[in-house]
Amino acid sequence: MTFVLCGVVSVSHYLVVGAVLFTCGVVCMALKRNALGVLMGIELVLNGANINFVAFGSEYLAGDGKSVLGLDGEVMALFVILLAAAEAAVALAITLNFYNNHATVDVDRADDLHG
Amino acid sequence: MTAEQLFPILLGIAWLIPLASFVAILFFGPRMGAHGKGAATVATSAIGASLFLSLVALVAWTMAGHAVSSPHHDEGHASVHHNNTNTDAGQSARRVQAVVFRSQEHSDAGGSHAGGHGEHVAPASYSGDWYTLYASRSLRLSIGWYIDSLTVLMFVVVTFIATCIHVYAAGYMHDELHDVTDSEVRLATGDPLHREGRFHRFFQALSLFCFSMLGIVIAGNLAMVFIFWELVGICSWFLIGFYFERQSASTAANKAFIVNRVGDFGMLIGLMALWGGLGTLHFGDSVSSATGQVEPGLFELVRPAENHHEQQVPDGLVAFAAADQIEKMAAANPSRSELRREVAAAVPGWREQGYGRWLLFVAGIGIFCGCVGKSAQVPLFVWLPDAMEGPTPVSALVHSATMVAAGVYLVGRFFPVLTPDVLLVIAYIGGVTLFIAATIAVTATDIKRVLAYSTVSQLGYMMLALGVGGWVAGLFHLITHAFFKSLLFLCSGSVIHACHTNDMRKMGGLLKVMPYTAWTMLIGCLAIIGAGVPFVLGFSGYYSKDAILAQALLFSRTNPQHSILYLAVAGGAFITAFYMFRLWFMTFAGSPRDQHVFEHAHESPRVMTAPLVALAVFAVVAGWALPGGLGVESLLEQSRPAGTAEAVTTAGILGTITLPAEHESHVGAIHVTATLTAFLTALAGVLLAAAMYLKPLVSPVAVAHAARPIYTFLVHRWYVDELYNVLFVLPTLGLARFISAIDTQVIDRFINSLAWIARQIASVDAWFDRVVVDGIVNVAGSVTWKAGLELKRVQTGNLRQYVMFIVVGTVAIFVLATLLFRTSFAG
Repeated sequence: MTFVLCGVVSVSHYLVVGAVLFTCGVVCMALKRNALGVLMGIELVLNGANINFVAFGSEYLAGDGKSVLGLDGEVMALFVILLAAAEAAVALAITLNFYNNHATVDVDRADDLHG
Repeated sequence: MTAEQLFPILLGIAWLIPLASFVAILFFGPRMGAHGKGAATVATSAIGASLFLSLVALVAWTMAGHAVSSPHHDEGHASVHHNNTNTDAGQSARRVQAVVFRSQEHSDAGGSHAGGHGEHVAPASYSGDWYTLYASRSLRLSIGWYIDSLTVLMFVVVTFIATCIHVYAAGYMHDELHDVTDSEVRLATGDPLHREGRFHRFFQALSLFCFSMLGIVIAGNLAMVFIFWELVGICSWFLIGFYFERQSASTAANKAFIVNRVGDFGMLIGLMALWGGLGTLHFGDSVSSATGQVEPGLFELVRPAENHHEQQVPDGLVAFAAADQIEKMAAANPSRSELRREVAAAVPGWREQGYGRWLLFVAGIGIFCGCVGKSAQVPLFVWLPDAMEGPTPVSALVHSATMVAAGVYLVGRFFPVLTPDVLLVIAYIGGVTLFIAATIAVTATDIKRVLAYSTVSQLGYMMLALGVGGWVAGLFHLITHAFFKSLLFLCSGSVIHACHTNDMRKMGGLLKVMPYTAWTMLIGCLAIIGAGVPFVLGFSGYYSKDAILAQALLFSRTNPQHSILYLAVAGGAFITAFYMFRLWFMTFAGSPRDQHVFEHAHESPRVMTAPLVALAVFAVVAGWALPGGLGVESLLEQSRPAGTAEAVTTAGILGTITLPAEHESHVGAIHVTATLTAFLTALAGVLLAAAMYLKPLVSPVAVAHAARPIYTFLVHRWYVDELYNVLFVLPTLGLARFISAIDTQVIDRFINSLAWIARQIASVDAWFDRVVVDGIVNVAGSVTWKAGLELKRVQTGNLRQYVMFIVVGTVAIFVLATLLFRTSFAG
């Protein structure tokens, strides 16, 4: 078995990076009490997903080249980035308002919606 | 304007004016003056206008040249051939309001009547229709008139008495002008009843009554008579029950109404018998609006002119009775016209065999049944004494002078159609009535009840007179009686007004404080007993009663088997004199029995005494004849039904009866005997009353004690009410209770058990609904609710926890998917 860094970089490698990023993001979301930290975790998750999209868009996986442009993955990634920007704007506005009301950004304090 | 146009217009307007007054008071009564005081003025002026028109009609009648025949000699009937002219037949056929005039041609011929076989003549009469309600080939109902001198006279009498009583009532009813406290009615709290005055309602009912009564008088056919017959019945009900809060008054009103219905049922049967057989209910000949032809009326059918007005069973009734024979003929002979010819040919033969005789008898008895109810004859007389619960003016007008006389009037009007058998029944009913009522009046102590029984008794006189063939005598007495009996009632009302009691035992000595009332009442008493100087001059009752007595005597002479009728009349005259003077002596003579009552007594106001004086004058003079023979009696003689002036002998259903000619009772030994009998019986009655109640020669108490069983029997009014109670009221009530028991015990129980079953089923249903259906729904609800409560806890609101859930959930889904769909993933 060859050392993993010595081999040819394949799609699987990208997927690994994406999975690591995703896991980091999720852990960050689950553990951070600071709302901004949670938002950062969300960015990591989204970017992990982006890497996956781009990786799956690789021409090596396109089979017999039937796809016309071969940019499917990249388009989806761009779309996600766009969504992430919008989401960040909304989330930051919420956070700001929350701070105005509670003088804190601790998400554990934000339990007004509990059942 | 010709006579046949004049009289219907005059009397028709006189008839309708009270109706206008009724309508006006009905709608505007309470707003007429203070507390409706103006209603009296309206009603009085209405009836006064009717009186005026009736008087004009009377004058016109006497001046129109109708033969005035003196009842004592019969020139008017002599050698006149009847003339049945339809005035301008062609023209009247085209008019709906057809007029038929029957006249006797005036003749100057003298005494060719001596043999008593002069030609019979139809009386002068006018008849016609104002309005046809319904017309078909078999029946024509119309509002029409039949006017002869009897109609005109009745109009004058009714309107005159009604006018007097309207004036009197304006004074008598003044209590009703403000709120009334009726101490005879106790409320549940024990307080006397306090109510609003009903002054205008009294005059409203009086006006309606006058309209209805005049309607009976003017009516041109039996159907119209029946309509107004019922209308006076309902007026009587209103007026008897005027103080309807009093139990006794409302009971008396109902009694009068129900008892009259019994009689009216008979009347309906009579009407149906006539209609079924003859197809007409018109008295006189009339022009049919349907066919335009002159149709013979009842009188012409029963006494056809070609038969010299002799009574015979009409063709229609014969054919009606021989229906089975006609059926047989029809079976053998299909041609209709031929059948009709054959039937017409066979009718005289059938008449000889007696077909239809029973039908005519039933028709007469049926009509008389109605008269028995209305005129309070035995056995339906029980309502009249109770009717005295009404105000006294009502008793005077409705229950003595006019409405109860309507029965006698109808018998008189219908006289040509009544067979000798029916007349015999009428005579016996009248005789029994006059005797029973007179004996009851002897022991009555209520001043109005004495007069009530006296009325019943006098009505019996009239019926008897008509029954024995005294057509003029009966109706003459009807008219004189109307005057003096209304006078007597108004006097008694004046006494009651002064004493506030009806009980004669508390009166006495009132002559000093109530001179007008006392003297006018004395005149009334003298008139009713027929006082007079024999063969010279007398009060009105003297003439009419003598005529009845003479006719009854003549009848019992010609029919010895029926001489008991004469005894009833003579005995009745004695009793009448006794109880009338008993009443007068107890009330006005002697010393006061109750000092308290005496001290409060006072003469009545002028508005009440003036009618007394007016009526007293007529109670004296109503029987007199003006020079030239013009008087009530001779006027009545003009209307004598054709063919009844001569003696007739018939072998009828009830044996052979000879109806004597009335004019024969006015001459010779009969007249002398009758007059002397009347004078002596009346004198004896007055003397006996004087001996018992004026000078205490004979103590009434001792007499009552000596004849205790009879006295008790009379005090209890022959136990008639008790008898009817046992015979009719109790069985009826028992039947009603039985039926009500069936209703409550059987029908109600059945329905209740049905309801019970339905209820049980429903309760099972309800249980199922409650437990099962509701249970399922509730369980579903509560499960949802509890699940919600449990799941609520998951919603902590903690963001990081949610992330953990997502992560764990995602991982779990992956693990599960990996485990379960290993192949697909592996593939």
